[in-house]
Amino acid sequence: MKKLILSTALAGAMIAAPAVADTVKVGFMTTLSGSAGVIGKQQENAVKLAMEHLGGKLGGMPGEVIIMDDQRKPDVAKQLANRFIKSDKVDVVAGVIWSNLLVAIHQQVTRSGKLLISANAGPSTVAGAGCHENFFSLSWQNDQTPAAMGKYMQDQGVKEVYLMAPNYQAGKDMLTGFKSTFKGKIAAEVYTQLGQTDFQAELSALRAANPEATMVFQPGGMGVNFVKQWNQANMNSVSKLFSVFTTDSTTLPAIKDAALGSRHTQSWSPDIDNAINKKFVADYKAKFGGYPSYYASQAYDAIMAIDYAVGKAGSTDTAAMRKVLAAGNIPTTRGNLKMNTNHFPIQDFYLREVVKDADGVVTVKTVGTVFEDYADSYAKDCKF
Amino acid sequence: MTFALILEQIFNGFQTGVTLFLIAAGLTLVLGIMDFVNLAHGSQVMIGAYAATVLTALTGNFYLGVLLAIPVTFLFGIVLELVIIRHLYQRDHMEQVLATFGLILFFNEAVRIGFGPGALFFNLPDSLSGFVMVMPDMPYPAFRFSVIWVGLACAILIGLFVARTRIGAMVRAGASNPEMTAALGINIRLLFRLIFAAGATFAGLAGMMLGPLTAVEPGMGEGLLILSLVVIIIGGIGSVRGAFIAAVIVGIVDTMGRVLLPVILRSFMDQAAADGAGPALASMAVYILMAVVLVFRPTGLFPPKG
Repeated sequence: MKKLILSTALAGAMIAAPAVADTVKVGFMTTLSGSAGVIGKQQENAVKLAMEHLGGKLGGMPGEVIIMDDQRKPDVAKQLANRFIKSDKVDVVAGVIWSNLLVAIHQQVTRSGKLLISANAGPSTVAGAGCHENFFSLSWQNDQTPAAMGKYMQDQGVKEVYLMAPNYQAGKDMLTGFKSTFKGKIAAEVYTQLGQTDFQAELSALRAANPEATMVFQPGGMGVNFVKQWNQANMNSVSKLFSVFTTDSTTLPAIKDAALGSRHTQSWSPDIDNAINKKFVADYKAKFGGYPSYYASQAYDAIMAIDYAVGKAGSTDTAAMRKVLAAGNIPTTRGNLKMNTNHFPIQDFYLREVVKDADGVVTVKTVGTVFEDYADSYAKDCKF
Repeated sequence: MTFALILEQIFNGFQTGVTLFLIAAGLTLVLGIMDFVNLAHGSQVMIGAYAATVLTALTGNFYLGVLLAIPVTFLFGIVLELVIIRHLYQRDHMEQVLATFGLILFFNEAVRIGFGPGALFFNLPDSLSGFVMVMPDMPYPAFRFSVIWVGLACAILIGLFVARTRIGAMVRAGASNPEMTAALGINIRLLFRLIFAAGATFAGLAGMMLGPLTAVEPGMGEGLLILSLVVIIIGGIGSVRGAFIAAVIVGIVDTMGRVLLPVILRSFMDQAAADGAGPALASMAVYILMAVVLVFRPTGLFPPKG
């Protein structure tokens, strides 16, 4: 009899327990292995820093972020998404660096009724007709950053440009975005392999084409190799180099002085003047050594956005959180972020230059603003 | 496309080819003689590159760094063979694949723990960062030019060693029929240990030459391992001469495919379709080549006589 009472009491306690300590669970997917591992490491650091700043809580409730490695493989990403939703029963899926991976898991997550928050990838396929109300981007739409670069180069009076990007969704989006604002002559549009390490053949062809300017998108390890080989082949005497997502604090430690003076566009910079960003950059540098990149700031922003959504909605109900995020005004390292009708941010795009800081560390500095409150061009096709 | 550009691309293809040969030479002998599948061969490339990077940073001299890194990779090969590889000879291929795949994960993680996940900074020495004039009006990066010469010198060295020396004769005999060679009183175990370590050293040398060109990072040799497997299949497993010829063919086909295929496709397709199909076809080119070779010569172009 005593035993029975005890077990009834236990059962009662177990039913009551979730109401007392409801945990907000986030599944965070990033790339920790392979040549892109350095990007994922920055995102992992940023997520940890965000949770530390939030005292381990998300929206006032105990928070838990499960960080998993997608190995930059779409099939692994799909398995992880499945695991997050079915076995971990997360409230939000976040992260995702690569556009091809985001496309692979987009339907799976959004249709499961959970929110999917991108901390980097912004493929055009999920911004227009293929959009879904459960998806939010805390980064940018792929076309936007190169579009800002196109406008800058157009304004600089560049007449002819040679384009180079890896052969996958983001590479195509990037060049489409660039061509939407750059009206000069396109000397050539070259697609390299994703993960390519040696660009000498492409550089030889580029030297023969002798274009006035070159604009490349080579993220992560590809950027390290590309910029190194560009300098070894003394290509600066042939063509002027512009880039997007190629020279940042994940690649600069390996490229060093070879990138000094080069300019690129970005929606975030370590020197953006607001309290959240200053705290983020200072604490990141103190805790992990070295500058954070936009990959890190976007991961930090994604966690902060989840905190903001849960806190304001008062629960982890998808519809309630969606309403909060769709209204915009999300506090981030880029100031209060506005949201477009397709759930992509409307934000400023800056021109940055690679410089040395006071300690001689190679970093980036904002030198101008190319677009203010810039919205992507796919939003008009998005109907939820 | 001008003659100078085509010549330059042939140089690029040759440079890729000799680098592949250095990796494939060890692989083809190990597979040919001991019938041992070593997927961890790509890790030797990474270990060579890291050894050269660290030793160059310590000594402050690129040449000294590479010179010291060569015995380091050789010793590493000996130790690896003694500790792990020799226990796997009697197992079947599937188990060898599993074990050496495990070694890849182990080495990648060990390097990541020791040196961090990011790429290491390793730049060219000033004496090799200039250009050589291959022809008037055709400057070619001096370092890549010297990679071609180092690769060729190694190829000649390995070729002469295998074809003209007594140990080379044992190696060739081992490749054709290992049991018979052992029955003739040759210590095939010791022979194999030396071949394994020499193969590791040449793969390491390839890594040292790649270090200044590409990023020195965990897993940097894996893509090359797949290409060098293609090379030894085309060349004929166990054949050093076949490996060299196949490596140069693969290097040139890969380079030319990347540069020429999009141009050729654009001449009869519209721009968007050509931009999509070109790079896709180029990345398949060497595998198509392998398939064609296998159809006509199932044992490769130059199988060892046996």
